[in-house]
Amino acid sequence: MDANSPQPRRTFINWFLGSTLGAAAATFIYPIFRYVSPPRIPEATTNQVDAGDVNDPVLKDKGFKIVRFGAEPVILLKASDTDYRAFSATCTHLDCIVGYQPDRTRIYCNCHGGCYDLNGRNVSGPPPKPLTAFKVNLVTKGSEPAKIVVSRA
Amino acid sequence: MFAKAGKWLDDRLGLSTLIELGSHKTVPVHRYSVFYYLGGMTLFFFLVQVFTGVLLMLYYRPSANEAFESVEFLMTVVPFGWLIRSIHSWSANLMVFFAVLHLISVYFMKAYRAPREITWASGVLLLFLILGFGFSGYLLPWNQLAFFATKVGTDIAGVVPFVGEWMLRFLRGGDRVSGGTLSRFYGWHVAVLPAITTVVLLLHLALVQVKGMSVPPAAEEESRKRTPMKFFPHFALRDLSGWIFALGVLAALAALFPWELGEKADLFAPAYENIRPEWYFVFMFQTLKLVPGGEILGLEYEAIPILLFGALGALLLLVPFLDRRASRDGKSVGWSLAGVAALIFVVAMTCWGYASLLPLYIVFITTILLMLFAFITRGRREEGR
Repeated sequence: MDANSPQPRRTFINWFLGSTLGAAAATFIYPIFRYVSPPRIPEATTNQVDAGDVNDPVLKDKGFKIVRFGAEPVILLKASDTDYRAFSATCTHLDCIVGYQPDRTRIYCNCHGGCYDLNGRNVSGPPPKPLTAFKVNLVTKGSEPAKIVVSRA
Repeated sequence: MFAKAGKWLDDRLGLSTLIELGSHKTVPVHRYSVFYYLGGMTLFFFLVQVFTGVLLMLYYRPSANEAFESVEFLMTVVPFGWLIRSIHSWSANLMVFFAVLHLISVYFMKAYRAPREITWASGVLLLFLILGFGFSGYLLPWNQLAFFATKVGTDIAGVVPFVGEWMLRFLRGGDRVSGGTLSRFYGWHVAVLPAITTVVLLLHLALVQVKGMSVPPAAEEESRKRTPMKFFPHFALRDLSGWIFALGVLAALAALFPWELGEKADLFAPAYENIRPEWYFVFMFQTLKLVPGGEILGLEYEAIPILLFGALGALLLLVPFLDRRASRDGKSVGWSLAGVAALIFVVAMTCWGYASLLPLYIVFITTILLMLFAFITRGRREEGR
């Protein structure tokens, strides 16, 4: 093409203005994108929590309770009078909170019918993974167990 | 004096041009004409949502500590608060219901044929926006059901490969469903979604005006023989009587079955028995229940139906561009059959999810009511023009 024809000049200007606009758009979009992505806030790591009294009425009545392990729900269940177990209460399927069904000796999620045995293994229904186990320690007062302490296994 | 004022306004606003245009608008008359009312009905419920939604904002407080209490206050202390909230909830459900009916009828009448591809796509987009309204509005009362529905719904987004984690955190406003999630959902529900919806809705309505009503291929001959109905006043009055009837139904539903509030969300309580999402998500919920746990090629089994539903949503948006045959021949049996199969799947899964045949009865009752309305609103039987 003839170098004196207006066409290349027009193309250059279009390209120049176009990329300026593109760059300007990027400088708007990037901060907005970063703004709407929530910042990661490190959660204080909890290693151990006091899960209350052995004679907790909820625990006695329902056979389990949900303990706050930092921001995480942990299920503490009473498999027998001396056998306490704790697992992460977050269903590995879609994030619901599980419960314990003593009459059927299973941990059950009411959302989508996920089933775990008392070792936290996913035995039927949709859950893809077992529940993470936690350690349960009984603090004795005199000779009787009095307090329950749940800690990371 | 009124005539003078009218003239003054007309000189400045050019209203007579609009009136002139409106007086020429007609609606084709044939045996499927009743389906032309469904979009207007959806629009009516949308308007009710805007109106009642604004009223609810006067008392609602979007924070984890106050949301439940503010709705409780609204339901128990504020005069007619229960009525406004119940109408908002019922109207939301009816809006989804009519949007879906509208979609089904438009799909089977092949009204998405050229040149109405964008009308269809904008309509499907509106349906997705409506579902977005439903999902975000669901969390606002901050009760147990809301909490778990949001936990599950946002966790589903997290299943998507590559972008899932970002989407999950974007939706939740952090790693967990918390007060931060409530703020976000509130923002979407009352600002972002209404803004987008207004634009898409105006586009959708403008396209319907510009392109006119589509006549289904099967009714083309009948429509040629019968006199089209004038939009003003004949069609508009029929629309209006439908709206008045709908308002009556809405008031009756709200008065007889006020919307429940349930218990305040407890972030450390197990999900209660028989917990279930709103009816329009039940077919997906039931499907998710049926998929066993496992993993294939690093993809968890639950991701498969989720990705499949996502793909089907995208497919729905693109129907007019994929079904070229309908535009060419006016027929596409394969797409009709696929639509029937999808309908059967959704209704069957919904019945299964509720362990009841009620959804099927509702389908029957709706069909009968539509036939009745078709009979009442039929145009004159005269032949020719």
